[in-house]
Amino acid sequence: MVELKHFINGISHPTVILTVILFIYPFIFPPTNWFEKWNKRLKFDFFWTKKGLITVYTFFIGFMIIGVQDENAKHILLKPDNVPIVGLLFLVHFFLWLSMNQGMKNDKLIDAGEKPNEYHDPKDKVLVWPDLVYIELIALVLLMAFLLVWSIGLEAPLEQPANPTNSPNPAKAPWYFLGLQEMLVYFDPWLAGVVFPTLMIIGLMAIPYIDINREVSGFYSFKHRRIAASIFIFGWLWLWINLIMVGTFLRGPNWNFFGPFEYWDLHKLEVLTNINLSDLIYIKLLGVGLPENILLREIFGFIVFFGYFLIMPPLLAKTVFKKLHQSMGNFKYGVFIFLVLSMVALPIKMYLRWIFNLKYIIAIPEFFLNI
Amino acid sequence: MSKKKNIFQRLGESPVWKSIFRSGVPRTRRQRMMSVLNSVFLHLHPVRLPRHAVKLKFTWCMGGLTFFLYLVLTITGILLMFYYRPTVEYAYTDIIDLREQVPLGIMREIHRWGAHAMVITVWLHMFRVFMTGSYKPPREFNWVVGVILLFLTLLLSFTGYLLPWDQLAIWAVTVGTNMARATPFLGHEGPGAALLSLGDINFVHAASDIRFALLGGRFVGESALLRFYVLHCIGLPFIIMIFMAVHFWRVRKDGGISGPT
Repeated sequence: MVELKHFINGISHPTVILTVILFIYPFIFPPTNWFEKWNKRLKFDFFWTKKGLITVYTFFIGFMIIGVQDENAKHILLKPDNVPIVGLLFLVHFFLWLSMNQGMKNDKLIDAGEKPNEYHDPKDKVLVWPDLVYIELIALVLLMAFLLVWSIGLEAPLEQPANPTNSPNPAKAPWYFLGLQEMLVYFDPWLAGVVFPTLMIIGLMAIPYIDINREVSGFYSFKHRRIAASIFIFGWLWLWINLIMVGTFLRGPNWNFFGPFEYWDLHKLEVLTNINLSDLIYIKLLGVGLPENILLREIFGFIVFFGYFLIMPPLLAKTVFKKLHQSMGNFKYGVFIFLVLSMVALPIKMYLRWIFNLKYIIAIPEFFLNI
Repeated sequence: MSKKKNIFQRLGESPVWKSIFRSGVPRTRRQRMMSVLNSVFLHLHPVRLPRHAVKLKFTWCMGGLTFFLYLVLTITGILLMFYYRPTVEYAYTDIIDLREQVPLGIMREIHRWGAHAMVITVWLHMFRVFMTGSYKPPREFNWVVGVILLFLTLLLSFTGYLLPWDQLAIWAVTVGTNMARATPFLGHEGPGAALLSLGDINFVHAASDIRFALLGGRFVGESALLRFYVLHCIGLPFIIMIFMAVHFWRVRKDGGISGPT
């Protein structure tokens, strides 16, 4: 059991868990034919069958059972404000399964030239009273009953009275913002707390205007809108929800990483030797000091930054996204690729940090402009 | 006509009942249709729906549950306002009182857990709408309204987080609002803020930036509590109701719930 706990602590580290997630992701949610071939070959569609759901839930429940018996894991799993996030884990997986399960069935029907399962004869309609009203009533009563049981069983947290001079360690934002707080590890607050959330809202709003596939609407499907679906699930589930999980369960004092079965040691030290791109090039590689002029000092950072946002889009338009670019046109493609590149910038920065200890690509602390 | 009527039948035919529910007890097909048409609440729905649209497997009922949770939170919130005073002196002790003096004191629990549940149901509703491709024309703009509603839900939850005025509340809000300091141009530690100056005079500094406007001070204190209270109880609910009205109206106008053609 101790070895198992050590093993789980080890694989919970963001470097391991995110790498696994990133590499398996396109095989589970294949965006192209090639990935889909491998998806079939590796039998990953097993996840969306009933047996798949039971298997994943067995793992979840097994982890919870081991968790509540362990002092350290129990502390974070059963903390009153964390209970909804444990629930979120189960709920999100269930509904992901439910949508993918129905999507797979529909995909097969459409491939066979039939209508999706949701299709019924348009003349064959049901009355809202009573056919819908009673479902709604039952749903409301069940939710209310669940909420009452939850409220009686679990007291809302109340800590010591507010004291501006005594900051807790770690000081955490409300759980739904912990993804943003987790981004603070890799980006400065003006990006993690302001620019990225704004881009998330704009990006979500832009989805219906960017998605040019008008046909597949009103029923569950994955294969016939796989690019849109795989990008959305990646951003929403694997970045947003996953970072909330990391921020909630795996970040302890000083925002250090702690495995689920690890004691939250206030004195755990993590070596921080992060350096900027300009230091890396001028001092380590060229062996000269940093130039006085800010623009000259950060010239390599600017090249990387503008290269990423200005040269990558046309390059991708000529290669990977050739078909997409042709069908979208320049403007839509431009918006789409900017949003996608911004989203992918987060995992890229994570890896640059983990591999090269890179702190900032552009570092101009004089103007608080660090990227 | 049978001779004996039971009390419910007589009630259903009484003038009082008929004055309230014009179409009587919905027994016939016509009465059932009229009962939806004549009710201001039920006519959020069309009278008839395609078969798939009432299946739980398709709808997950998440949008409806979100609205229901909003109503639960409004009611429990109003009840909580009877007992709670948003001042540094009383806020914390009022919460203690709520817990220990008020009979059946689970209002705060229902409010807090309901708020967490609402964030989750909004997300799942968005996920359902995405996975069925329901944001596609003619429903593009309603998806945009939905994203605004998601954002407002998070803000409502965040402003409410401060009100218990305990360590959890003040530090969570401190962490959250500290990021506003770094807003480009508008925060005093944001890129570009230094450019907004006239000679030696900075226009954007710690006592004039966007964080100051949000908190009414340089740190989370008395005026921040009042601002968050007003936003949480009046400001944001008012705005979210307008967007909800638009959201529901457009669901109906864009042909009800989406479906395959």
